[in-house]
Amino acid sequence: MSTIPATQLTTAPQDTRRTLIEVRDLKVEFNIRGGVVKAVDGLTLDIKCGQTVGIIGESGCGKSVTARAILRMVPKPGKITGGQILYYRVPRQKKLAGSNEVEVIELTKLDPDGEVIRQIRGGEIAMIFQEPMSSLTPVYTAGTHIHEAVSLHRLLPLKTVGDQMVERITQYRKVTREEAREIAVQMLRRVGIPKPEQRVDSYPHQLSGGQRQRVMIAIALSTEPDMLIADEPTTALDVSIEAQILDIMRELQQTANMAIMFITHNLGVIASMADEIVVMYMGKQVERAKVVDLFYNPKHPYTKALLQSVPKLGPKTGQRLASIEGMVPDPLHLPTGCVFHPRCPAFIAGKCDRHVPNWVQVGDNHWVRCLLYEE
Amino acid sequence: MAVATAPSSVSLVKKKELGQSYWDLVWYRFKKNRLGVLGAVLLFVLYFSFVVIPEFLAPYALENRSRYVEAPPTPIQFLDEEGRFQAPFVYGLERRVDQVKRLRTWVPDTTKKYPVALFAQGDEYMLLGLIPMNVHLFGLQTSDKDARIFLLGADALGRDYLSRILYGGRLSLMIGLLGQFLTLALGVTLGVISGYYGGPVDMFVQRFTEFLAAFPNIPLFMALSAAIPAFWSPITVYFMLTIILAFLGWGGLARQVRGLVLSLREREYALAAKSFGASDRRIMFRHLLPGTMSHVIVIATLSIPGMILAETALSWLGLGLRPPLTSWGTLLQDAATVRAIRFTPWLLWVVPPILLTILTYNMLGDGLRDALDPYSGRG
Repeated sequence: MSTIPATQLTTAPQDTRRTLIEVRDLKVEFNIRGGVVKAVDGLTLDIKCGQTVGIIGESGCGKSVTARAILRMVPKPGKITGGQILYYRVPRQKKLAGSNEVEVIELTKLDPDGEVIRQIRGGEIAMIFQEPMSSLTPVYTAGTHIHEAVSLHRLLPLKTVGDQMVERITQYRKVTREEAREIAVQMLRRVGIPKPEQRVDSYPHQLSGGQRQRVMIAIALSTEPDMLIADEPTTALDVSIEAQILDIMRELQQTANMAIMFITHNLGVIASMADEIVVMYMGKQVERAKVVDLFYNPKHPYTKALLQSVPKLGPKTGQRLASIEGMVPDPLHLPTGCVFHPRCPAFIAGKCDRHVPNWVQVGDNHWVRCLLYEE
Repeated sequence: MAVATAPSSVSLVKKKELGQSYWDLVWYRFKKNRLGVLGAVLLFVLYFSFVVIPEFLAPYALENRSRYVEAPPTPIQFLDEEGRFQAPFVYGLERRVDQVKRLRTWVPDTTKKYPVALFAQGDEYMLLGLIPMNVHLFGLQTSDKDARIFLLGADALGRDYLSRILYGGRLSLMIGLLGQFLTLALGVTLGVISGYYGGPVDMFVQRFTEFLAAFPNIPLFMALSAAIPAFWSPITVYFMLTIILAFLGWGGLARQVRGLVLSLREREYALAAKSFGASDRRIMFRHLLPGTMSHVIVIATLSIPGMILAETALSWLGLGLRPPLTSWGTLLQDAATVRAIRFTPWLLWVVPPILLTILTYNMLGDGLRDALDPYSGRG
């Protein structure tokens, strides 16, 4: 019965760390009644295969919009107004044939409803959402959801050549209903859903929140994407389920050499998941560093303040929890100079409120946007 | 859950556990609504008898004329002149002309007795258009070619009115279903498109529905009916009328579907479907449309009577179906004169089936509304 291999794609060792997504100076603007909101302003970012990039920041700082921009799903009236998103794509057909020819696609230039982006969405870059309760269409079973994703993206060889693989397979067909069901059961088992043969026929309202999020992950991973965008995947779940989900994601990342873009505002989660972290504030990235550097040697005052505001267990429990002073500014009337200056403990009058800081390198792969580090 | 050993009990347990789909729940709730179930059963009986087997139920063929012009209903007799109980029979009819009033009447001719029998042989017909038959539910067992049984009287051409009501129901009931089906197709498609895309598409569709709604109905019907060429066959006219009714009726449905889709498209599952690479068409019709179905089904059920009434009204006005097509509307047309009400009141027997149909549709629709709405506290 089990004719479908659990993992179809084997990656050649030389491209395990190749760049997958390159975001260059991305700008996303929302033209609303009161003016223009710069949701993302000059974001630069690399994501490599098998790497997890974490994006942290307060609510409304542009984390989710960045993720949506990569899939060209920026909600109306948002628009990508500048910059580039380059996607180093190995087309699925070629990948199945064992080739590693990379073709560069500029995602920002694609038609957002076109055929190419729909192939990429779900098939090559999958996304899971914050709210597992409402991310599944209520009238379809878990199996139907997986079947949909799989039938849209996954290809199987048209003929079996045998073990030798002398001949290159050039023709592929879509999976059939029975095969899709088999894949669905496999995927549900991989994400740790008990009794997957029965759960595959369950409707969303019959599943718990954690199970639904697992189903979402199963859908996202059933097409074996090159990258997974996880937009606060565990925010709505309780802590024990959260740990399980994170374990599943880490495990699956290792087996499939998948890149993950992990969006969260939970510093604890990001510390355990990410290789590299981008800190965003009001649409701008303020610091980017390896996870260890960021936690042990934060440079930007905002990052420092953010790390201090995490409650700690330990001897100093008598102290008040540190918080960042002031309020998040109105996105329509951003402060001049550095956007963080009204709340910044290291504010330099006459400098921070006049000059816009540049993106400077302060260490090995450690970048920061702050006037303190500019000459 | 206990581990079931026998394969049959496994499937049984599985069914019980997994039979939780939306439609299972709806069916469970609908069954508890007695009035709704009664409506459904009655409606099924109505459609079965008026659409599928009217030839069998009617004692005579549609165009079976006789010399008994405007004969009143003939009662079935059980007692003969001496008051003895007998098998059911009817008397023959004798023509009398009242010379003073210049009026023709029919009186029972007690010398002629025709026994009434179930499953009697009569006019030839094709059951379901396929099986040639000549057995009717009831009829007269006699070799007399002139003998007739008119349970609901006869019309101006001596045709059995009961038979005509039975045959007329087919067109009237089918126009409701067909018309509603077309309305659904048009209204739902345009509503979903309008709601999902929004912007200029929405603007155009909505202004178009308003344009249609702003027209006064009757003059528009008249214009559209007048546009049907007179030389078209009656059956083509029938389909044209269905299309006209559907064309004018889809606007309201489209607006309601649009409203629902406007809220559904903001749900995360629409976004999730998009992020899996689903096309717009797929999101609209596979993911959003099912969410509107509960509403649409109720609206559709409750507006079929409107279609049937519209056909009846139009035909009554002479704008819809025309003889020789027989529908409840054309039958009502015969009954619409003062003379008919004064001298042949049995021609009004067409009204009860219309009322019954509309009431059963409303009962079914109300039952469905309660069953399909998951948020109502009742049931």
